[in-house]
Amino acid sequence: MLKQMEGSRAVAEAVALCRPEVICAYPISPQTHIVEALGEFVKDGSLAPCEFINVESEFAAMSVAIGSSAAGARTYTATASQGLLFMAEAVYNASGLGLPIVMTVANRAIGAPINIWNDHTDALSQRDSGWLQIFAETNQEALDLHIQGFRLAEELSLPIMVCMDGFILTHAYERVDMPTQEQVDAYLPKYEPRQVLDPAEPVSIGAMVGPEAFMEVRYLAHAKQMEALKLIPAYAAEFKSVFGRDSGGLVHTYKADDAETMVVAMGSVLGTIKDTVDEMRAAGHKIGVLGITLFRPFPIAQVRAALQGAQRVVVLEKSLAVGLGGILATNVRMALSALPIDVYTVVAGIGGRPITMRSLHGLFRRAEQDDIDAVTFLDLNRAVVDKQLDRERAKRRSGPAAEAMLRDVGVVAAKLA
Amino acid sequence: MFQVRIHGRGGQGVVTAAEMLSIAAFEEGRHAQAFPSFGSERTGAPVVAFCRIDDREIRLREPIMAPDALIIQDPTLLHQVDVFAGMKPDGYLLINTGKSFEQLGLADFLRGRRSEHLCTVPATEIALRHVGRPVPNVPLLGGFAAMSGMIRLESVIKAINDKFSGKVAAGNVAAATEAYKIVREEMAHA
Repeated sequence: MLKQMEGSRAVAEAVALCRPEVICAYPISPQTHIVEALGEFVKDGSLAPCEFINVESEFAAMSVAIGSSAAGARTYTATASQGLLFMAEAVYNASGLGLPIVMTVANRAIGAPINIWNDHTDALSQRDSGWLQIFAETNQEALDLHIQGFRLAEELSLPIMVCMDGFILTHAYERVDMPTQEQVDAYLPKYEPRQVLDPAEPVSIGAMVGPEAFMEVRYLAHAKQMEALKLIPAYAAEFKSVFGRDSGGLVHTYKADDAETMVVAMGSVLGTIKDTVDEMRAAGHKIGVLGITLFRPFPIAQVRAALQGAQRVVVLEKSLAVGLGGILATNVRMALSALPIDVYTVVAGIGGRPITMRSLHGLFRRAEQDDIDAVTFLDLNRAVVDKQLDRERAKRRSGPAAEAMLRDVGVVAAKLA
Repeated sequence: MFQVRIHGRGGQGVVTAAEMLSIAAFEEGRHAQAFPSFGSERTGAPVVAFCRIDDREIRLREPIMAPDALIIQDPTLLHQVDVFAGMKPDGYLLINTGKSFEQLGLADFLRGRRSEHLCTVPATEIALRHVGRPVPNVPLLGGFAAMSGMIRLESVIKAINDKFSGKVAAGNVAAATEAYKIVREEMAHA
């Protein structure tokens, strides 16, 4: 049924349709609306049987999720930003123990400086944690990926992060096609755990493993995660047969035929990029797009196949690997190894800075001329940086940098872009 | 694509207004995207929200920098925030005030623009009368429907009933309807 609704609400309704049995979460923007709505559904009885557990921190949220998943309950939680960092130890345990928890990450920057706005640094900081990671481009895709996520996680017995851009998607009202309970029931079988803590058949989970088998257990985690590369296209195809629309998958190309320049990105910014590429195509530019839906496991073969015909690749990413440049770009480079293709890293939109078509037009045109740096910061206000560097050169006790730079920028509360 | 930017202050229902506008457009079978400016919002602080309306899927995620229509929920912002930034030459402007554009000191600024695209409506007073609270957002949507013709009053009423229920819904329906009539009359004399 078509509805006009907030992204968070749409995800909450989709998660409820998946019949989770335990939901635990600690509130943090911009994820809060999702678990608030789920809390309402549990309270009013529309989501039953389900236990909603309030916890005292994100560390507790993931710990409770581990316990309930190990006890055989379909388990859901959500977090963002510092919340994800705070639960990091338990995040690794959830995947190491092979527990198919589904977690929404409403992507948000990591401090300091504290910042509530969107970028991908939170999820990408956990890229090696053993969780599957998928990124939604729209709210429709966000809700669809949660339904596929439960199916995938439970088949592989691995946890999954469904990533959606904080505020940009979570707080946006747009049209979504909400599936029926019958459709979701037809697609998502009852949770049948591969391992379960059951007093009737006691087992222990979480043994200490020494050098004699640690490598093998970890290798298994890697091999299992790689299986997702085969399962996801099959599950996406089945999703289409039940729900009637394309959603999910590994990667998606747009206007990539004959493209000399390919732009790679993840998440909601793909929409703005596609609109920009439409205008550039109309003006005769040979430019196309590769959207990466699945980030972990990284679809190396599909990325290589999609990009190998290009002369240059511009990886536009909402993250910064301090001291290196890009995270997504590093992964893309690995997929393109030994190919004579220039790969540019463009750090954009971090901390919620708007990524505008105007800036993208300029960037892509300069990239076509190979006139951008190997690591480029889109719309960087260099003057503000230089002023701070001058201060630090002039005076040993130059004071806190973020506060001084904010003063230089001026009051931005009412600024639009 | 038709792009609307709404300026107001925290507590005036700015974000809700953009959401309801998107629901009204959706009710008419159109695609719509509403989103807030994501500031650290608190009561009284300047807030901006956006709504795009189109006949096809909306993919663009940037803030609205060149609006086709501006709704100003709080005229005190005129002296504090560059609310007119990027406003198109033939764009629509609706301000919540009982004053005229001359009294607001905007006569010179607006000279040469299409007068039938420029309206004022005392939305806070209307809201106080019908809803009992100084929330001008919903009557302004009624006024916007009358001024722009982009959405019908019936669609605004559907959006009101989607967001609210009972007495609050009924009060807001009455407020939107009155604002709609006031703007229609204003335009007849423009």
